[in-house]
Amino acid sequence: MRAKVHVFLKPGVLDVQGKAVEQALHGLGWGGVEHVRVGKTIEFDLAAGDAAAAEAEVKAMCEKLLANTVIESYRVELA
Amino acid sequence: MKAAVIVFPGSNCDRDCKVAIERSTGAHVDMVWHGDTALPDGLDLIVLPGGFSYGDYLRCGAMASLSPVMAEVKAAAERGVATVGICNGFQVLCEAQMLPGALLRNEKLKYVCKAVDLEVTNSQTRFTAGYGSRRQATMTVGNGEGNFFADEQTLDRLEGEGQVVFRYLENPNGSARDIAGIVNRRGNVLGLMPHPDRAFETELGSADGAILFQSALASA
Repeated sequence: MRAKVHVFLKPGVLDVQGKAVEQALHGLGWGGVEHVRVGKTIEFDLAAGDAAAAEAEVKAMCEKLLANTVIESYRVELA
Repeated sequence: MKAAVIVFPGSNCDRDCKVAIERSTGAHVDMVWHGDTALPDGLDLIVLPGGFSYGDYLRCGAMASLSPVMAEVKAAAERGVATVGICNGFQVLCEAQMLPGALLRNEKLKYVCKAVDLEVTNSQTRFTAGYGSRRQATMTVGNGEGNFFADEQTLDRLEGEGQVVFRYLENPNGSARDIAGIVNRRGNVLGLMPHPDRAFETELGSADGAILFQSALASA
């Protein structure tokens, strides 16, 4: 099973990278761009039988290491 | 008096901390590798130094906070041992949930390396008692992710309970409420972004950091 974890700063936490990218896009003429957020994706293979068990395991990884829930939110995709 | 400096892969202020503590207090300082599962006996002070533990990968301090030795550091802090995290060490303490909040990327996306003037906001802690009636101290900062963040409620609580120990007089990185250093509720765990280990004798531009190490050990 392949897991993808998307991690972003929570809404309300200033994303200075997103802001810088947004300004650069504005500078290039894409004036309609708003609310840019820069996050990261962590992908890995996972030996797991069923999807529910895999999801529980990946969520535990997020809570323990992959995301800092004080400032970040995460989303898990399994395929 | 006995202190330990924890060495993570990528720490780069570990030896500075050892020299700073030795010269400012005369204490014996052991270096403890992050993979160790025991701390030396009878410690009066534990220091998590600055640097780039685990290359700052994933998040600053994230992987270091899960190092084997951190279970022992947590247990020692719970027993009341004075514990200080400086710069990357502060990030590790937040990631380990030994202190509230987190350190974000600096507001201007810039690595800031300079001397900063600090307000000693609370001189009643075991780390700052030696500042006495002095309300100001000078140390240097060197960080790219030193922008302290916590939710409003946590910030109110930190301020209300005297847990804000140092504030920047001129905020270099966007830290919430100009916070440069905080203690835990019990008052025995301190995290700060400025480096007392780079300000322990006048030849370095300031000796104000020495007072912090002296206070921490005098309180043991």
